[in-house]
Amino acid sequence: MFDEIRDLYQEVVFDHNRNPRNFRVMEDATRKIDGFNPLCGDRITLYVKVNDNVIEDVSFQGSGCAISTASASLMTEIVRGHTEEETHGIFELFHSIVTGEDQRTNFEELGKLAVLAGVRAYPARVKCATLAWHSLEAALKEDAETVSTE
Amino acid sequence: MSFDVAKIRQDFPILAETIHGKPLVYLDNAASTQKPRAVLDTLRQVYEHDYANVHRGVHTLSQRATDLFEGAREKVRAFINARDLKEIIFVRGTTEAINLVAQSYGRSKLQPGDEILISAMEHHSNIVPWQIVCQQTGAVLKVAPINLAGEIIMEEFEALLTERTKLVSVVHMSNALGTINPVKRIVELAHAKGVPVMLDGAQAIPHMAVDVQALDCDFYAFSGHKLCGPSGIGVLYGKEALLKAMPPWQGGGDMIRMVTFAKTEYNVLPYKFEAGTPAIAEAIGLGAAVDYLQAIGMDKIASYEQQLLQYATERALEIPSLKIIGTASDKGAILGFTLHHIHPHDIGTLLDQLGIAVRAGHHCAMPVMDFFGVPATARASFSFYNTIEEVDSLIDGIKQLIEVFG
Ligand SMILES: Cc1ncc(COP(=O)(O)O)c(C=O)c1O
Repeated sequence: MFDEIRDLYQEVVFDHNRNPRNFRVMEDATRKIDGFNPLCGDRITLYVKVNDNVIEDVSFQGSGCAISTASASLMTEIVRGHTEEETHGIFELFHSIVTGEDQRTNFEELGKLAVLAGVRAYPARVKCATLAWHSLEAALKEDAETVSTE
Repeated sequence: MSFDVAKIRQDFPILAETIHGKPLVYLDNAASTQKPRAVLDTLRQVYEHDYANVHRGVHTLSQRATDLFEGAREKVRAFINARDLKEIIFVRGTTEAINLVAQSYGRSKLQPGDEILISAMEHHSNIVPWQIVCQQTGAVLKVAPINLAGEIIMEEFEALLTERTKLVSVVHMSNALGTINPVKRIVELAHAKGVPVMLDGAQAIPHMAVDVQALDCDFYAFSGHKLCGPSGIGVLYGKEALLKAMPPWQGGGDMIRMVTFAKTEYNVLPYKFEAGTPAIAEAIGLGAAVDYLQAIGMDKIASYEQQLLQYATERALEIPSLKIIGTASDKGAILGFTLHHIHPHDIGTLLDQLGIAVRAGHHCAMPVMDFFGVPATARASFSFYNTIEEVDSLIDGIKQLIEVFG
């Protein structure tokens, strides 16, 4: 009955929603930022530990829908160990694919994040998938204010 | 059967739409209602045969448009039983009506330390305009608290009503909770202290007969688009004596009687508050919507919708993980809810796959969400063109999505 929507809600998404990874406060974070989606009330607090330009650890807290929670959870797994520049590159690629700006149909380059590519068919949900990423971008820019997806 | 919903549905062309291959089940009526053919035909008729600017020309079309426009004002007057046409001001919608009262009545009257009293269940449009005027004047915004059912705690409301209170503004029926407030009692209490009352009628007006003289409220605001009419048109009702004493809000054409560079004489009511070319066809369309609803009967609509709500509430209780947000004893046809472990946004997307349109979010009432400790709710809001079968589709849909989420 929900066959068509399985491209949005893949099993991996459900899994990360139920058991979000790195869902914790980080006491020794070097940067911390609050993200907010005013449209639906999703909130995220993102903790980042950067050492010598490399992201050593990322964690998050907050409440959101399955898409935003899974996206945040996947992000924390993906970016660990990457430099800030590399992370920015991953964000750019992910962002252009989920917004449909990049029309490719092969998502191999996205790695684990490919499970979220289906979001592009649901424009109303793009902000859910990108909230954590926008927050991370802002944290890396050391832009300490609350970020909003609006 | 006294209420022939099948026949009514045929008046609404959009209800024949399919969404993702499924028949549309439109349960987002609190956000905006669909339009009957009578309204659509009126808009077309106006633009094809009767359109020109109003109040300006000597030519035939301008006269015809003016007559229709003023005819719509009379329909609205009769619909809410206002005493006089002067008391019906056409505005863009509820939001603009409240801003008008805040900026005209509020700004000219309020002194530092004066208070405006609202409730904790207000839509942002009945919060922010008051915050703005408070900032401008040094007045203070007071908020009457609600209980866990989503009802104003009347003792607290009474206690907040003091000699400092200069205006009460509360929602007649809450868009987030469905609560129908005891507005008649609220007006009595406020008037006993000499305080005028504004009612936000955006949600109440489509669901019940409203008689502003019986309520004795001083201002009443509503939007055409929630009343089966066009968007871009709404109404501010105000008692003549109050409106007369209020300064104009916006300046421009139509609201003046005589302009020189030295001095301007303002027009009479209601035109004093209608600067610029109004939403002409939309106002006439609103008149058609009012005719349409009155032909069905607001009391019949109210009692049919109560049946829908009661059935929806009973069926919703079948779902153990569902929590209804808003359980006031006097309630309109709105079912706000949350599901344990499933975010409203996901509920909205999944139900949409089944052709079911509900709203997910904070419903422009973030303080209400905070009070209930939820980031958002899902909301099914009913209209008289919804059916018992559609309630079943909603409940089945919710059960299915719970299964998918596991
Ligand atoms: C209770 C209430 N007040 C005010 C409004 C604002 O109405 P509008 O957006 O038509 O100005 C709404 C509409 O969402 C509402 O539900």
